[in-house]
Amino acid sequence: MAGGSNSPCASCKLLRRRCAKDCIFAPYFRPDEPKKFAIVHKVFGASNVSKMLQELPVHQRADAVNSLVYEASARVRDPVYGCVGAISCLQNQVSQLQLQLAVAQAEILSIQMQQPHQQQQEQEPSLLLPSPSMLSSLQTDHQDIDDDKSSTSLLLSSAANIINNNQLNLSGQYFGFASSVVNVVQDPLKRESLWI
Amino acid sequence: MSNPTSSRCAACKYLRRRCPQDCICSPYFPSNDPQRFAYVHKIYGASNVGKLLQQLPERARFEAVESLYYEALCRIQDPVYGCAGIVSWLQQQIHDVESEIAKTRAEITVFLNSNISISELNTQHPQTDDMGMENLSNKHKGPL
Repeated sequence: MAGGSNSPCASCKLLRRRCAKDCIFAPYFRPDEPKKFAIVHKVFGASNVSKMLQELPVHQRADAVNSLVYEASARVRDPVYGCVGAISCLQNQVSQLQLQLAVAQAEILSIQMQQPHQQQQEQEPSLLLPSPSMLSSLQTDHQDIDDDKSSTSLLLSSAANIINNNQLNLSGQYFGFASSVVNVVQDPLKRESLWI
Repeated sequence: MSNPTSSRCAACKYLRRRCPQDCICSPYFPSNDPQRFAYVHKIYGASNVGKLLQQLPERARFEAVESLYYEALCRIQDPVYGCAGIVSWLQQQIHDVESEIAKTRAEITVFLNSNISISELNTQHPQTDDMGMENLSNKHKGPL
């Protein structure tokens, strides 16, 4: 159906054509948002967008349009890398944070192992806790735990072990990623809302 | 002057056209990888790709084509969210790991504070207002 009673949708306005009642773009490109369609048309082309939407069930088209607008905006901002630049930046952030987490978890391990006579609180199972076999290997491999140097190396080797055991296979995750509903997403570079 | 039919780039082969010597797609879509251009063309269209490449300096075009190919691949794999879905997933990962770091650091603080408290208790005299501790200290010291 056309946007509004008489006004064509943004896509038909830009393409200078009659906006049919069953226009595939009309529900997603309102007449008061001309830039939204303009940017998608510039990057993907109206016919490609139309084909993509036609291949999707109706209830998924709004999300698809929003993601196309996001990608097109990223490509206009960064013609060389587009969305991939944002992905690369976020990947680096995740790696750095995982390292920080591993160091922090290794520090807890180190503290716990230095205080064996204290009552140890049972920790809730966590995906990122080291396995029992890792703990026992750390205890047998590092005897002089009170030495500062060995404590530091213990911390670093514990961190490395935790990272190796919990390293996400990000490339595998990318191509096997299943669709999920996104409520709020922010552009990592400019902190603006993903869904316009 | 055009390239012989056998050395057309993947773009010109796909589009069934002659491949000129100065074909803009030719350096980035070799004929031995037809799928690369097929994916990019499916999502972006050949003319949009050509326009985009023309607007970029030559040194940046290879990276641009790589990123277009990656995004096209993501969109074909996930027609609803494409690359934006990966961005969303990574942002969620960041949030989760940050929460885990905060939780772990809070646990470290608790551990360190409990260690300090225990060591302070061991070095100070026992408090008289705590019946339990007074009885315990009396046991250690023996009858008065």
